[in-house]
Amino acid sequence: MKFADFVCFEAAIPELQTTDRDGAIAELVSSLDEAGRLKRGKRKDIIKAVIERENEASTGMGKGVAVPHVKHSAVKDIVAAVGLSGSGIDFSALDKQPVYSVILLLSPVDSPDRHLQAMENIFRQLQQEKFRKFLRQCHTPEQIEDLLKEVDENPSLG
Amino acid sequence: MDKVVCEAAVEIRNADGLHMRPAMQFVDVANQFDCDVTVSNAENIVDGKSIMQMSMLAATCGTKLNIKTEGTDAEEAINALRELVEDKHFDEPTPGDQEKR
Repeated sequence: MKFADFVCFEAAIPELQTTDRDGAIAELVSSLDEAGRLKRGKRKDIIKAVIERENEASTGMGKGVAVPHVKHSAVKDIVAAVGLSGSGIDFSALDKQPVYSVILLLSPVDSPDRHLQAMENIFRQLQQEKFRKFLRQCHTPEQIEDLLKEVDENPSLG
Repeated sequence: MDKVVCEAAVEIRNADGLHMRPAMQFVDVANQFDCDVTVSNAENIVDGKSIMQMSMLAATCGTKLNIKTEGTDAEEAINALRELVEDKHFDEPTPGDQEKR
């Protein structure tokens, strides 16, 4: 699966307003809601579900990235939103370091295989130092879209 | 001490596959041992002690993986990992469980 298959580029937030984990999750879920990617009136339920999942175990995998996610019945189709923070967010990451790049992934409950394929793509890129660096350097939604589409076409660029 | 090398072919049996929570359980168990742990599917070989790399396997229910351990405690490690995947299936439901309900 490619980024373009599941990332909602118009929901990208190049500079998150909040500096705390729950605030960042709320901003990204709201952005997806405003882009029409969630069922109506379910924004709060989804924010709560993502935070609950995050409380079970941090998705801050280290190296400044976090991938909060949840499977939820109010999600129409698998969708992700990218958020960046210049100042860094405390995600209780495995390496205890702040998180600068957040990729929020929401999946419907009935397609676990597509969820795994999206995760595979996300981590394949996040593993690469160059990709993490380029992502942090994005300042506009267009730059984020260009970067993700570029690594879709040429995965080794990341 | 001699270096021990063990290999086991396992199948992912929980319905949701190797998503992040099971992958973390796997990494936690792997890190209890000193030996190197690698996991491979048809395309990739990854470090079984790295959550990022394990998440790259995208192992859905029914996927067959090969676990390889190398080091003095390789045998204990492979037994613990095989038990987690195939006997406990990460304490998650399998498709068979769902049919019974």
